[in-house]
Amino acid sequence: MKLIQSAQVGTFESSDIMILIDPADMGTGRDIELDSNVILQYGDDILQSIHKILDKYEIADVKMVATDKGALNHTIEARVEAALLRAMNIQKGTLL
Amino acid sequence: MSKTKYINKIGIEIPAYIEGIGALQPYSGSFTKLKKGIMEEPSIPPPNKSILPHKSKLKKSIKRAIQACNPHDGMTISFHHHLRGGDAVLMQVMEVIAAMGIKDITLASSSLTSAHDGIVPMIMDETITGIFSSGVRGELGLTISHGHLKKPAVIHSHGGRVRGVHTGRINIDIAVIAASASDEEGNATGSHGPSAFGSLGYACIDARYAKNVIVVTDNLVEYPCIPPSIPQNFVDFVVKVDSIGDPKKIATGTTRITKSPLDLRIAKLASEVITKSNYFKDGISFQVGAGGASLAVAKFIRTAMKEKQIKGSFLLGGITSYGVDMLNEGLFRAIFDVQSFDAAVSSSILNNPNHVEIPAGYYANPYNSGCVINKLDVVVLGALEIDTNFNVNVITGSEGDIRGASGGHSDTAAGAHMTVVVCPSFRGRIPIIKKKINNVVTPGETIDVVVTERGICINPLRKDLLQQFAQSNLQIRTIEDLEEEVRGICGETKPVEYEDRIVAVVEYRDGTIIDVIKQIKE
Amino acid sequence: MAKAKRKNRRSMLYIPGNNPAMLQNGGVYGADCVLLDLEDAVALNQKDAARILVRNMLQNVDYYNCEVSVRVNHISTPFGLADLEEIVPLQPDAIRFPKTESIQELAELIRIIEEIEDKHNLPHDKMKIHAMIETAVGVQNVYQIAAYSKRVDAITIGGQDLTADMGIEKTKDNAGIDYARKQIIMAAKANGIDAIDTVFADVDDEEGLREETLYAKKIGFSGKAVINPRQIDIVNDAFMPTDEEIRKASKIYRGWVKAKAEGLGVFAIDGKMIDAPVFARAERVLEIANVDLNTL
Repeated sequence: MKLIQSAQVGTFESSDIMILIDPADMGTGRDIELDSNVILQYGDDILQSIHKILDKYEIADVKMVATDKGALNHTIEARVEAALLRAMNIQKGTLL
Repeated sequence: MSKTKYINKIGIEIPAYIEGIGALQPYSGSFTKLKKGIMEEPSIPPPNKSILPHKSKLKKSIKRAIQACNPHDGMTISFHHHLRGGDAVLMQVMEVIAAMGIKDITLASSSLTSAHDGIVPMIMDETITGIFSSGVRGELGLTISHGHLKKPAVIHSHGGRVRGVHTGRINIDIAVIAASASDEEGNATGSHGPSAFGSLGYACIDARYAKNVIVVTDNLVEYPCIPPSIPQNFVDFVVKVDSIGDPKKIATGTTRITKSPLDLRIAKLASEVITKSNYFKDGISFQVGAGGASLAVAKFIRTAMKEKQIKGSFLLGGITSYGVDMLNEGLFRAIFDVQSFDAAVSSSILNNPNHVEIPAGYYANPYNSGCVINKLDVVVLGALEIDTNFNVNVITGSEGDIRGASGGHSDTAAGAHMTVVVCPSFRGRIPIIKKKINNVVTPGETIDVVVTERGICINPLRKDLLQQFAQSNLQIRTIEDLEEEVRGICGETKPVEYEDRIVAVVEYRDGTIIDVIKQIKE
Repeated sequence: MAKAKRKNRRSMLYIPGNNPAMLQNGGVYGADCVLLDLEDAVALNQKDAARILVRNMLQNVDYYNCEVSVRVNHISTPFGLADLEEIVPLQPDAIRFPKTESIQELAELIRIIEEIEDKHNLPHDKMKIHAMIETAVGVQNVYQIAAYSKRVDAITIGGQDLTADMGIEKTKDNAGIDYARKQIIMAAKANGIDAIDTVFADVDDEEGLREETLYAKKIGFSGKAVINPRQIDIVNDAFMPTDEEIRKASKIYRGWVKAKAEGLGVFAIDGKMIDAPVFARAERVLEIANVDLNTL
């Protein structure tokens, strides 16, 4: 799938994560900058959740800034998915 | 060959000796030592001094007072923390001492707060090399956690501190006692004056045992100052300063009950546990903390006591205006107050004979003929972490950093018939209920009930409570089951990485060592 | 045959659909029902994000014993269909449908829901619909709406939107919507389903909430929507039968069982005639109060 625009989803509230993504040139890979208040305990987990959704949408190249405030995995996955859909300009079902 | 280390009763390795502290005893069970009926360690004698009639104790400045107390390298200086986050006395005094070039000082404050971050540079340049305290927070906590204090800090309980002074483990050369009112002879109180802060309970033992006692006040009143919470016969010098601190931070306005739905939910569940227990009857004695869910329990208990027309005997501990209201409503006959949390409390101490200011030894010292916590029915406490053996951590955070307070936690847990810990099952994403916690302050055998938003766990040691609640509609589950659910929600945490070096020891109230805190890996 | 126990619907907690902290804890507050809201609580430019978040929450969060419903956007908006496509396959206990005005609308909603259910091989009778009445037209058509389908098992009133539609202020005494409330209750009662009251906006006014809830109970609502977890206990308590009500109901229940054993059709307690509807009410009171009938 192809990212065609920048997108931002989420908030800086506790238990949420703010995802900012920009399209990246082919072959540049996934450039993920993660900041989290639970990075020592859950840094790897958070990255794993992010990669899981990127895999699902077959995104090879992306620039992402993720600012986490202790979001649970399914919140992280929801935020990344919504950001990707926005970046791909797919708002599923909103146009009947 | 003598032992170099022990494994204590809760399975933690304790060195037999630490340079700068001395020989250590491993924690051996919450009442094992007390069953002997007497403290085996010898007490040091308190000093007996003399002063000639009509000789003035007034000194013009803190510096003059300190100079009169034989200040020297390696001395121990003590403070009390009733001024909490507003305290300006500890910093004023330590800055004077640091400027005098005195080194290798042991700081023995009943607790340390965010107002004391200013001593960090004094730790770095070895002006201060040892600390005794019931709590450490902020920058100071991080400084110790990262190994900058020369000797390991000793974290004690409020009751344990009194024992430590009796045995001479805390051997005070100079005690500094802040007072909101004092006369020229050192009759001192916190119950009135512009900076009133209420009880002076923690300072009493210092007054009795220190080689030199200085009262610092911003309100020198005409002789005699009544009531003499600290009596003049223990005071050597009196200093008048411009300010002992920021009254707004010393005594916050009326303590408000939390509006956090989660804290309120937990408090409601805890109050149901209490009101459905056999302890909820006429004559109940009760202690709650000052914050969050713990104080909110009082709100529900207050309503329930009125509904069921129950009259309690006494409220204990850190006292808020909420407790004072309950006293005034006749829900309890007395308050025993070792520390006051808000402005309304001071005037109650001053004016209500049933609101009794008590010293820390009377409150919680295990080594005397019976402290008040021994008469507690129910105490409600908080927690930073709890393990599946009900052991509680209230001293280190999720990253292993020192950021909390032992306070009266382990004292009251040991004394009360029913100790209820209230906490969320996880905060943000960090589990509070865990298989293994970073440090232990209060042993699980003294914790009876854990109340979270996701269920109530009863310590299996308390078969009687399990039986009492069997017929109730309380949501009771095992702590193992709860831990598993929480791990499922949050995910498996990566354990904190430590160096081998011990930066603090956690002393149980009987003087044994229940845990050691290690330096955090950079 | 033992009747299936009816669920209590005393308190229904609204949870904003784009707020992870509140969504993940929704089940712990003691509400009888949680309402994950994709409609008014979500800003127009966050509808997509909230939809995905609520979907993931439904899949992963344990709401314990709560009845779980999701308020979707109306099918006439650009979001309604997408909401249904994400949510229906997960079969929450109910879909709450806003601004229901006619049975034609309801028919279209059910057609879409069933189409999605067919696509996922799901039954048509499991997930319920809670129809919200929030317009003057809806109030006029509420009887037909309540009667239209077995899937509609609760009717709810949205006071804020209704007063707006009527062009009046929503006052604390709710004078403007009193007729609508009672009309909705009548329609629900006539069809044997629940009527749920609107929210009480001032979360700090505990006494006001208690009074309004007691009034709602008195005129026939089975429950009330709440916007803050702090309102739950008050609402639950208000809908709980009083000790006096339980005592009376127990007496009626025992009398009825005894009369039946003796082959009597009607009987009297304290001089008052007890017939089937009175008995049914007594039975419901005992059910809400969680009284074990075998112990009576």
